This record gives sequence, C-alpha cells and structure tokens, in this order.
Amino acid sequence: MFCNHPLNKLPEHLPTLNIEGLTVAYRQNGRWLEAVRDVSLHIQPGEIYGLVGESGSGKTTLALAVLRYLGQYGMILQGKIELNGKNLLDLQPAEMRKIWGREMAYLPQNSQSALNPTLRVGDQIAEILHYQLDMGMKRAQRRAVDHLREVNIADPERVASSYPHQLSGGMQQRALIAMALCSNPTLLILDEPTTNLDVTTQAAILELLVELISQRQTAALYITHNLAVVAQMCQRVGVMYAGVMLEEAAAASLFAKPLHPYTHGMLSSLPRLGEGKASARLQSIGGQSPPPGQLTSGCVFQPRCPLAIEVCSENPALSSPSAGRHIRCHRWEAILKGEISLPTAPGMESPGRMEASDKEVALSLEGVAVRYPLRRTPLDILRREPGRSVRAVDELDLVIASGQTFGLVGESGSGKTSLARAILGVADRTEGKMELLGAPLPAQLSSRKRETLRRVQIVFQNSEEALNPYLTVEEILLRPLVTLLGLSRQEARDRVPELLRAVRLPAAYAVRLPTQLSGGEKQRVAIGRAFAARPDLLVCDEPVSALDVSVQASILNLLCDLQVENRSSLLFISHDLAVVGYLADVIGVIYLGQLVEIANADDLFKPPFHPYTEALLTAVPTLETQSRQKGIILSGEIPSPTEKPGGCPFHTRCPRLVGEICKTQAPPWQRREGSSKRYRCHIPWMELQAAQGKLANGEIQAG
Amino acid sequence: MYRYLLRRMGFLLLTILLTSIIIFAITQWLPGDVCRIILGREAGKKALEACRRDLGLEASVPVQFLRWLGDFLSGDWGQSYSTRTEIFPLVMQRLINSLRLAALTLLIAVPLAVGLGVAAGLNAGRLLDNLISISTLSVVGLPEFVTGILLIQIFAFELRRRGLPSLPANSSIRPEAGFMEALPMLILPAMTATLVLLAYIARITRAGVVEEMKQAYVRTADLKGLPRRVVVLKHVLRNALLPTITVIAISFGWLISGLVVIENVFNYPGLGRLLVFAIDRRDLPLMQAVALVTVLGFSLANLAADSLYALLNPRIRYTRG
Repeated sequence: MFCNHPLNKLPEHLPTLNIEGLTVAYRQNGRWLEAVRDVSLHIQPGEIYGLVGESGSGKTTLALAVLRYLGQYGMILQGKIELNGKNLLDLQPAEMRKIWGREMAYLPQNSQSALNPTLRVGDQIAEILHYQLDMGMKRAQRRAVDHLREVNIADPERVASSYPHQLSGGMQQRALIAMALCSNPTLLILDEPTTNLDVTTQAAILELLVELISQRQTAALYITHNLAVVAQMCQRVGVMYAGVMLEEAAAASLFAKPLHPYTHGMLSSLPRLGEGKASARLQSIGGQSPPPGQLTSGCVFQPRCPLAIEVCSENPALSSPSAGRHIRCHRWEAILKGEISLPTAPGMESPGRMEASDKEVALSLEGVAVRYPLRRTPLDILRREPGRSVRAVDELDLVIASGQTFGLVGESGSGKTSLARAILGVADRTEGKMELLGAPLPAQLSSRKRETLRRVQIVFQNSEEALNPYLTVEEILLRPLVTLLGLSRQEARDRVPELLRAVRLPAAYAVRLPTQLSGGEKQRVAIGRAFAARPDLLVCDEPVSALDVSVQASILNLLCDLQVENRSSLLFISHDLAVVGYLADVIGVIYLGQLVEIANADDLFKPPFHPYTEALLTAVPTLETQSRQKGIILSGEIPSPTEKPGGCPFHTRCPRLVGEICKTQAPPWQRREGSSKRYRCHIPWMELQAAQGKLANGEIQAG
Repeated sequence: MYRYLLRRMGFLLLTILLTSIIIFAITQWLPGDVCRIILGREAGKKALEACRRDLGLEASVPVQFLRWLGDFLSGDWGQSYSTRTEIFPLVMQRLINSLRLAALTLLIAVPLAVGLGVAAGLNAGRLLDNLISISTLSVVGLPEFVTGILLIQIFAFELRRRGLPSLPANSSIRPEAGFMEALPMLILPAMTATLVLLAYIARITRAGVVEEMKQAYVRTADLKGLPRRVVVLKHVLRNALLPTITVIAISFGWLISGLVVIENVFNYPGLGRLLVFAIDRRDLPLMQAVALVTVLGFSLANLAADSLYALLNPRIRYTRG
C-alpha cells in the first residue's frame, strides 16, 4: 500500500480523500468478481488527480465506491476510504445522503441524460440548496441563478428557467458544474465530464473547471480515458488496468517518461496532432483488456505485454522509483535505466500518403446541398407559402481521387454526417451533381444500380447498433458477397475465412454472434463487411470514436492496410483532428454545411489557418503537460442550420472578425502557389499567416 | 403548449368526423329498407314512400349525412325504433350512469394501481415486487363475470347472511336517482372493474418506474444528497407516470361503453347495455347515437390525457407542433 511504503512521505496536511487498499467486487451469476483490486490513492485540497483507464479498467467502479453508490450488486470487500479523515465505510447509507452534494459532489458525463428532462434547470440546482443548506425555496432559486452566472453563463436567468432539452450540450454541462459546486464541496468527482462534447466546447469547459477548482481549493478526482485531457488538467495521474493501479506519478513525469509498458503503449498508440501515417505507423497494444473480475495470477498486463518475461507470472509488488511515483511492474528498473527499450519501431511499413493530383477521380461533388424540410404550419398552408427547409449541407464541392483518403472534420451539427448520407443515397433531399468514377451518382438509393451499391460502402460509428444481433459473423460477412457480388451462398461461405483473415480475426469467429465480440472486434467485422464487396469508395463515419485508444490504433492501421490492398478511396469523417490528421491524405474542414478549408494533411497543420480550423487546433488537448496556453476559446455554440448567419457563416463566433464585410459578403477562397491549402476567408494569406505564425511554432508543432 | 393542444384538438375533430362517417355508412350498407323495418312487413307502397319522404331518404347520400350530422349536433337525435321515445334523453341518462361508474372506478383503481406499481417498481426483483405482480396478475386472469359474482357472493349475500351491513347485489338504479342514492349500488360494479384494470395499470406503472430508475438523472439526484422521498416523488414519478396516463385514458373509454359484462352481471343501466339492447332490436338510430357518444367520450379522454402528458413533459410542451 502506498502509505506504508518507506519512500512515500506522508503529505504535510491531511488529504481530502485517502483511499487505502480498496477492493471492490460485483456480484454476477452468483459469483463475486473483483472490479477494483487493492487500489490506494490520496488527493490534496486544490489538487486534480487524474484516473486514466480504458473501458473495464475499474475507474468508474472506483469512483462509485468512493461515493458509496455501487448499487445492490456491488460491494466493497476491503480497504479504507477516508474523506477529511472520516472513514466513509463506517457510515450508514442514510448518512451518505448528508455527505453527497455537501462534502462530496459528482459531475457526471453525458449531460443530456444526467439532468431530469421534466424539471427546470434552475430548480434542479435550487433543490440542493434547499434540502442540503436549508435555504428557503425562493431564495434557493435566486441563488441558483447566481451559481449559473459563476460558471460563465451569459444569461443565467434564461438558463435557470429552461428545461434541459432547450440547452446545448455545453450549456447543460455548465449547469451540472454549477450544480456540483453550489454547496462548495471539499471533493469533486468528475466522470468523463467532457466526453460527449465538441473539442471547442470541451476546451472552454476544461478551462472553467481548472479555474473553479483552484479558486475553491477543491480536491478533484478526474476520471477519463483521454490521456491528453489528463495531461492538460491534472497534477497527478493514476493509470488503471483491469482493476489494478499500474502506475502513479506526477503528470509531468508520467508523460515525459512512462515506466509501465502499458502506459507507454497507450501513449504511443495515440496519433499526435499533425503526425501522419506517412511518418510512422501507430503502435497498438495487441490483444484486449480482460473482462472484469477475471482471475489472473501474476501481472494483469502480462498477456499483452511486449516485455513480459518469466517472472511476470508472479504478481509484481508496488515499487516507488522516486517520491510520489509508484509502479507495479517487475521490469521498471531495467526500463528506467534504459537497459530494455519499449518497442517503438513500427511492425510494418507505413503505407505513406497519397497526394491529390492527376489521379483518377473516385468521387466528385459539385454544388451538393442536403435539405431537411421543415414542417409547414397550418398558417403557412393557408398563406400558400412554400415549405421551408434547412440546408444541412450547402453548395459543397469536393473531389476524392481514387485510392485517396479524404478526411472531413467538424463539430457536431456541421453537416458532416448529412454529407455522408447524401453520398450513400439516404439523405432526404439532395441537390447538385454527384459523380462516382465519372458516372452520375443518383441521389436516391432506390434509383442506384446494384453495381453502384457495391461501389459505395459504409462503416458506422457504432458497430453495436450497426451489426444485426441475430446474425452470426459468417452471415454478416456473407450478405454483401451474395447480394452485391452475386456469388452463390456456397461460394460466399468459402470466402468468409479469407475476409476474417483480412481483418485479423480468427476463423473460428465465423460462428459467433455480435454480442460475443468486443467493441474492437465488432468494428473489425463491420470493416470486413464493408470491404467484402471491394468498394471503390468507403465512407467511415467516426469509426473509432467509440473505441479505447489501444484498440483505436489497431483499427486505424487495419483501415490503412485494407485500403491499400483494395485500392479503395476513403471518406473518413471524424471530430478528432489528430485521428483525421493521421489517416487522411487530404483534409476538409466543414462548418455549417460548407467547407471552409481544404489542404493536404501535411499542409493543413501549417499556417495560415482558417480561423475556425485555428480554433479547432488550439482546442485539442495535447499530451504536453507544460504547454497549456490559452487557446482560442470560441464564444457561443454552433448556430442551428435554421438560423444560418449571412455573409461568412462563421462570423458570429470568429475570433479574427475583420468587420462588416464578414457579415454581408460570402468570403472568397484564398490560395497560394506552392501550397495545397485553400481556405474561405476575407483575411488574405500573408496577413493571416503573420498573425498565426507564432501559434504554429509553439503549440501545434509541439503536439 | 397551446399549439400542441390546438393540434390535438384538430385531430380530435377529425377523428370524430371520420367515425361519424363510418357510423353513418353502416346504415347505408346494412341490408334492408329502414322504412320496412319501421313499418313492418305488411306496409303498403304508399306508406313506405311517405315514410321515406319523412326520413329524407330520397336525398343523395352526402346530403343525408350532413342532415344527420346537423340534427345530431343540434340535439335532435331522432326517435328510437324500438322504444318509440326520444333518443337524446335516453342516451344522456345512460351516459350519466356510465360516467358515474367510470369516475368511481378510476377513483378506486388509479391510486391503488399506481401505488402498487410504484411499490413494485421501486422494489423490482424483490419479494414485494413478486407478491404484487403475482396477486394482480392472478386477478386479471379471471373474467369479470366470475369476479363480479364472487364479489356479490361475499359483499352482498355472505355479509347479509351474517347480519352485517352489506352492499346491494342488484345495481338497477332508478333513472332519477341522485348520486348519494346510487353510490352503494355503484361500489360492487366499480370494484369489479377495478380488478380488471388493476394489473394493467400497475404493470405499466411498474415498467415505467423500473425504466426511469435506471436513468442517469436519478443517480444525479441521489448524489445531490436529496432525500430518497424527494428523488422518487419529484424526479422519478414525473417521468415514470407518463405512459400510465395514456393507459388510464384508454381505460376510461373502455369504462364508458365496454362494461357490457359487468353491467349485465349487476343489472346496471349503463351505455354498454344500451348498445347491446339497440343491436338486439336492430334499432339503428339508437345504435348510431350510442356509438357516437362513445367515440366522443374516448376522444375527450384522450385529449385530457394528451394535455396532462404535455403538462408533465416539457419536451412536448416546448417543441413545435
């Protein structure tokens, strides 16, 4: 245990939270499965402690155990949880209700579902003050407005009297922050509070959190899978894997020199901002996390560890290489001394970038618009007004060369999925000209020939929902072969092992059902299905955003390989600039249905940037712990497409607004000899480059 | 909100119009001549023609429909073929009886069923949940005439035999009876109907509660440190009872006109029995009137449910349409 270790100096004052030797188990099918094993940590006032881990690592279980909110199937088997010196495990459940919301607050993820949809936001804050601090309801409601103002909400009165569904995700998250902090708790537990938010909103929320936590000297336990967010936010970090704390260190030293092979593996499986597939292949961790509660003897990471030796089949003790640093690995000393190096060299040659040039054109879009009709009110019908519609994609031109990967980046609501739907032929109303390999591509799926259907395939974000749960893997892979390639069922069945091999799954998986697969394996099946018919164009809509980092890397590598083998073009849609930057040859940035910037991947990360791209780039958290600069925090939210601003659509949020011209005139494309980049803005090339030059030398290239 | 209610009301009018067309069409499709039914087999040609003229059967079908609808709206519902009396007062009196029974039934059934459902939902998977589920389900499996007769046996005969205060077995109330006079006679039929509804409403409520208890906002509310009672009453029930409201509205429609069996068992003069009576006698105008009143009752109950739904659910109140 940490605190008993001779090298671990006891902190000068009492930690707000002190966990010692905590073991938590869940009851499943009559057995107790340990989800957290012998974890110790402590958090000082004003400190943000990052607890990182992939899904199933036990990080959320740990948080719920601290809250004593495990539910009827969870139990704390061993250990001590002290809040301000008081052991929470001695308390009755009813006594915990006096601690929740008063001494200890919880900031949940997914603000949409964490707020009660049928109560006004102000009332949801006020009830804490009313029930916890015995404030009269009227006074509590007035105070709630003040608390909303403290989290930088510009019109707190309106937000207080709104229902959650009337607010944007960022606004909901702010309301939840106000709720968590209104009673000034000593401990704040944050459970992935920005996971479903856009990067620009995330940046603003993170900044707010850092400010509020340091102001109030709250102790914070920050749970996330996102290493970069931890690097930006936290002073100390614990890395969890399969219920065990593998490594704990100050954030700066952890990211500078990870000692545990798992930490190292996770860090190197992340694509860095601006680093492309041409420079290095992503390092992925082989295998997958064990299911929770699986009994292992020895080091939990041993089955996946590239450095595992014989001794690793014994459970490693917790060692402390330096003050405040802890590691659970047999080989840390050798790693620290550099006697063994962690593998960094790519296992295979990287596929290299494809430049857009005089190659054959796979997909060309000209003036494509996707409309969603709005409902006509009876008044409209009486006045004989034509039905109005929203343009989710607006007069968009795009060319994808064959064999090329086109990355499309934008916030949610920017129209990227609508564009994908148009290309797939499932959008409501598509206008403009679409061509596939020089032949016209009909807007409606029903008017496409079978051959055309074969040529365009898709991989969805959520393989959970995209795979029919009642079909075996073989049946899923066989379908496109039969329906699109016209093979007989027997011929198709013969091809299935080959497809499974192509997506690096064992042939025995053919008989499995999707529920018997992990998230990454499901996505492999989905990719196998998409490539089965040898498409010319594959649309990937956020294919890795639901996956853990170590799995994400292997899926990205797989996509790269299959694309090269099949010579397919890829339209890769993502909100993650680092991922797009890694995979894509050409990148387009989309805002409110229009492309605002297009460039080869290498050029995209060099100035000048469209101000929107600039905001996206500075908002992405990077692994450099020291480089936290004030990025450009965009004001407001992305406008609804029904109220699209005139002139330049970005002018309502633009940090580099020129003046009236931005509001009235649509900006021209700016381009320059020697660069593949073009962007749509009123600010000329040289001027913008000069203004942004500093930024490029600092933050972005560091990332 | 108003927009939403206006739309709902528009739908309501449309529903009523459509059903009135269907009800009217039935008389057109039915074989046989209305006047022959009225005047009997031996009627002469002249008498038949005079009758047709009187009833306006010579006009075109749409004109007949509009005339019929207009008469209906102005309260002129015509004469019953079988009783030879005005239909309007007859149906109204039966409607009032049915509404009384429905109201009393809901008064007993809703708090009881919702209470049981919530208790079961909050204790999902535990003993209490199983007890409630099994007992309500075992009752709903019995047909109304069995439960009805059983209740009569216990509360009317058995109690009277032992000299205890008992309830009447026969519920044939006088047409001019006041509410207090009618009340004792309403209790047994209302209890029988309650037993039918109980499991249905309780199960929907239980499902709603179980579903809502899994939601993330319940965790938020708990971890705000709110008392358990506040979490359940203020946070969970508001959302969990939304489907229950719809079910109650549909039950109300059933209570008005679908209680044929119960009304028969207790000899209760409600709308359901009137409809059966009209069908037995091929009394078309009476059938039409009862059917239309039933539809009206169903629709109004649904409108009430929709309004309540919107009142509790801001997601409906504050979105267009």
